[in-house]
Amino acid sequence: MSSNHKRLSMGGRIDREQPVEFTFDGRSLIGYRGDTLASALLANGVTLVGRSFKYHRPRGIFSAGPEEPNALVTLATAGRRQPNLPATTLELQDGLVAESQNRWPSLTFDVQSVNGLLAPFLSAGFYYKTFMGPTRRAWMFYEHFIRKAAGLGRAGTDPDSDRYDISHAFADVAIIGGGPAGLSAARAAAAAGARVALIEQDFLLGGQLLAEPSDSAAAKWLRQAEAELESSETVTLMKRTTAFGSYDGNVIGLVGQRDPANPRPAGEVLQTFTMLRARSIVFATGAIERPMIFSNNDRPGVMLASAARTYLNRFAVLPGKKIVVATGNDSAWRAAFDLAGAGAEVTVADLRAAPSTALAAEAGRLGVVVRAATRIVDLNGGHAVRRATLNEADGQSEATCDLVCVSGGWSPTVHLTSHLGVKPQYRDDIGGFVPGAFPADRFGAGSMMGIFSTADVIEDGHRAGTEAASFCGKSAPVPAPSKLDLGETATAPFREIPSLGRGKAFVDFQMDVTTGDIELAYREGYESVEHLKRYTTLGMGTDQGKTSNFAALASMAALRNATIPETGATTFRPPYTPVAIGALAGRAIGHHFKPIRRTPMHDWHMANGAEMLEVGLWMRPYFYRQSGLDVNEAYVAEMRSVRQAAGLMDISTLGKIDVQGPDAAIFLDRIYANGFAKLPVGRARYGVMLRDDGIVLDDGTTTRLGENRFFMTTSTAKAADVLSRLEFLLDTAWPDLRVAVTSVSDEWAAMSVAGPKSRAILNAAFPALDVSDAALAHMGLLESEWQGRALRILRLSYSGERAYEIYVGATAGEQLWSRLLEAGRPLDLKPYGVEALGALRVEKGHVAGPEIDGRTTLDDLGLGRLAGKRSGFVGDVLRRRPAFQAPDRQRLVGLECIEEGKRLRGGAILFLPGEKPYGHGRGRVTSVTFSPERGHHVGLALLSGDVASEGSEVVAVYPMKAETVRARIVSPVFLDPQGERLHG
Amino acid sequence: MLPIECPCCGPRDHDEFRYGGDASVTRPAHDDPDPEAWYRYVFIRANPAGLHREFWQHVIGCRQWLVVERDTRNHAIASVELARKSPHSKSLARKSPA
Repeated sequence: MSSNHKRLSMGGRIDREQPVEFTFDGRSLIGYRGDTLASALLANGVTLVGRSFKYHRPRGIFSAGPEEPNALVTLATAGRRQPNLPATTLELQDGLVAESQNRWPSLTFDVQSVNGLLAPFLSAGFYYKTFMGPTRRAWMFYEHFIRKAAGLGRAGTDPDSDRYDISHAFADVAIIGGGPAGLSAARAAAAAGARVALIEQDFLLGGQLLAEPSDSAAAKWLRQAEAELESSETVTLMKRTTAFGSYDGNVIGLVGQRDPANPRPAGEVLQTFTMLRARSIVFATGAIERPMIFSNNDRPGVMLASAARTYLNRFAVLPGKKIVVATGNDSAWRAAFDLAGAGAEVTVADLRAAPSTALAAEAGRLGVVVRAATRIVDLNGGHAVRRATLNEADGQSEATCDLVCVSGGWSPTVHLTSHLGVKPQYRDDIGGFVPGAFPADRFGAGSMMGIFSTADVIEDGHRAGTEAASFCGKSAPVPAPSKLDLGETATAPFREIPSLGRGKAFVDFQMDVTTGDIELAYREGYESVEHLKRYTTLGMGTDQGKTSNFAALASMAALRNATIPETGATTFRPPYTPVAIGALAGRAIGHHFKPIRRTPMHDWHMANGAEMLEVGLWMRPYFYRQSGLDVNEAYVAEMRSVRQAAGLMDISTLGKIDVQGPDAAIFLDRIYANGFAKLPVGRARYGVMLRDDGIVLDDGTTTRLGENRFFMTTSTAKAADVLSRLEFLLDTAWPDLRVAVTSVSDEWAAMSVAGPKSRAILNAAFPALDVSDAALAHMGLLESEWQGRALRILRLSYSGERAYEIYVGATAGEQLWSRLLEAGRPLDLKPYGVEALGALRVEKGHVAGPEIDGRTTLDDLGLGRLAGKRSGFVGDVLRRRPAFQAPDRQRLVGLECIEEGKRLRGGAILFLPGEKPYGHGRGRVTSVTFSPERGHHVGLALLSGDVASEGSEVVAVYPMKAETVRARIVSPVFLDPQGERLHG
Repeated sequence: MLPIECPCCGPRDHDEFRYGGDASVTRPAHDDPDPEAWYRYVFIRANPAGLHREFWQHVIGCRQWLVVERDTRNHAIASVELARKSPHSKSLARKSPA
């Protein structure tokens, strides 16, 4: 057959001068600019486009929009796959390569369509009932095979090679939907003086007007409206843009596609995710036509009546020659008339006993055969429909056909309004759900409000646009709307009561849910629509049941002998149509996912063999490759060098807070569990902060720089939380305290020189400074300048060795770091990383993040003596709670591994010897290290106080590696309990 | 996104802010020894369906702690003011236009 043999020679909104080449399942085909993939396939006579989810039934193109349940394809280009895209919304472009889905080995011969024969066994809930077995194990075995047999398209496994972007947009009035209601609203709102954003998912404006003939009055109205809006400076037209979600603060999530006609330079984004903030919103989202329920209603060649009309008038495709139109309303007759006018033989099977005389007259004029009081009950044909079975008052008859157009009425598109909690309400007069009451800044317009004649829709859009602009204070006089009357006749709703032939009647085509499944759910007690949905998976496909939702509710209502409002509706949630994860991520991928913080010495670390580690946002040296081949070898070497000579560590990541004011000392006294008021000027003190509930928040050292000025350091991880907490207390609890707190974390570079030779290194590096023990005692401060920058040297130790923390203006950080290394080279000064830092503190029994984990108290950590008998500080009262004093409260202990050749691991669960290793145990190992001093692994642990007696044994179980190790409970201070090395 | 009308910086998205919990509870004096008072302050919450006074801090901005009245049913923000009510900052405080 020739290419485009179903294309009419005239009409439509396609550009016959611009042919477009594309491929479907390896077949090269031609369409035109202005086609969707679906219209181009239909023009080429391709009616079989996919296999269904569960039964692998052949499926064709059912709709002409985003509601498409069947015609989902995978775009496969240049090694990348985008699965489950509706062919009905894919704008045709040169070189497009599409594949059908869920078939093997080919679309026309699919091995698993045998599932259709097994159908009696594949009813709702079948998998779970059958394969669950007496234990979960059975399901876990079968699930893999079941998942493989069912499903839709497969995503690619390579990283997404496309680029996406995120943008922000602002408008006074956002109008969602570019049909007659939205266009009319946009014209009115713009005339009133509002900045308008008009959002349309299609690549053409017009909505249902696009289904009108291209030489009609509707087309003329559309051209005028479009020209007017395009020339308006206050209107932004956003075509190819889907509003997928409506969020708080009048934010609308948009995904915009690029125009495929524009050449795409390398690196150009594929899609843009836009957060549109509007002061008011007009929802003009239209309505979606509903299918009819009868046996084999899913066969290729069954199509919504409005879709057939769209393919005819918009795309100049006549999708069938012998057509049965099955309906119960007037709107489907318009499709029948246009199809007959284009030369098709059309039979209308209308459920109603007496369709209007006006319709009958027009039918007579066009030669359309009318069968009143007739319903379609069954279809014949596999890959394409061949024969329809019709039930009439006087018996059954058959009609040969190659297309069946169905219309079960219209459902207003209330998805987006539901996202914000506006509950849909059932309206008996239109037989559908419309949004309930809107908040003051949101408006609905047109058929989504249950208004179905074009003349009324335009009036309503005009009203909504004027009101939405007025809400934003834009009330310039608005001229009356330009009118358009298509003479549609209103239709009373009908309640379909399916009478079926032989074979399945589908409600949800995409999820393969049939009337039988709904009956089964009802028999088994899943009567609530929410249960029905979950039991049958109805509406859970990528189309979110846009065409199936109402039919399912109506079926359940009929089974329960209840009204539709009594049966209720399920909740719509974003996204309205599937959104690529890549679009939501935008450019925040890989290392752009979050910002990276680098210390002033970062470049030096990179140039000198540091293996870096991400610590929160920070990049920190993990270990230096000069110290060893891998981390385990390196950290032990780096520990040894600190304990035997000296090490240099970049500690710039510590939080640093400047605390100033006449009441600074009082303030610190309240926020630390230990006292600071009496701290002499020029001295530092270790401090621990609690939360209000008595749990430890953070620790660090604070130095008194002057009578009213302190320099606080916090842990790297808690820097932001601590600052925020201090500001909270000053702003809300104690506004009377005259104190200001300021982050100075980024202003200072910080490094620590630790080890017995550290003082000698300082002497060499700062020959002009007196760093003798008399001038700079342990916990002392020395303030000076270095190379014109402020310099602070604090004699503090984290490792247990004599050590100095050196702070210098950030810009001089790398220079001072190099200077120290140079001065220290003759004394064996070596840089060390965070692994060695952590190991040194474990050996010394200092607690850190793994122990201060938001669950431990001062007493748990053995720090109760810090608070002593003080009171009046944050967390003081609740830290004394009885529960915190329980004898089995987990307390800090030291552990040493007592099995040769084995090791402890952080996270291991502790049990008593002989106890069954099951459950949460008696405690857990928090931090471990190999101790060069002890010659074996040691660790810190939190262990139930009633079994934590020093000298006794526990068993550390690490199920991830199936390891069990015996350990002895010891003091957490593994090294130098008297602290003599601090002065060594 | 909730736009919060910061008294210092104007309308800003809520992701510039840090949530700070219920502002309707009364914090006991720092030296109040009554465990019951602290227990109520730390743990007892009314969880209203309706207007809720709560703390937010404009962390990526002026860093002020604010008291925001938010309707928990629809996130409508009725007012925003500075939490600190000392004389020098009062001139900055203004109610947001509902």
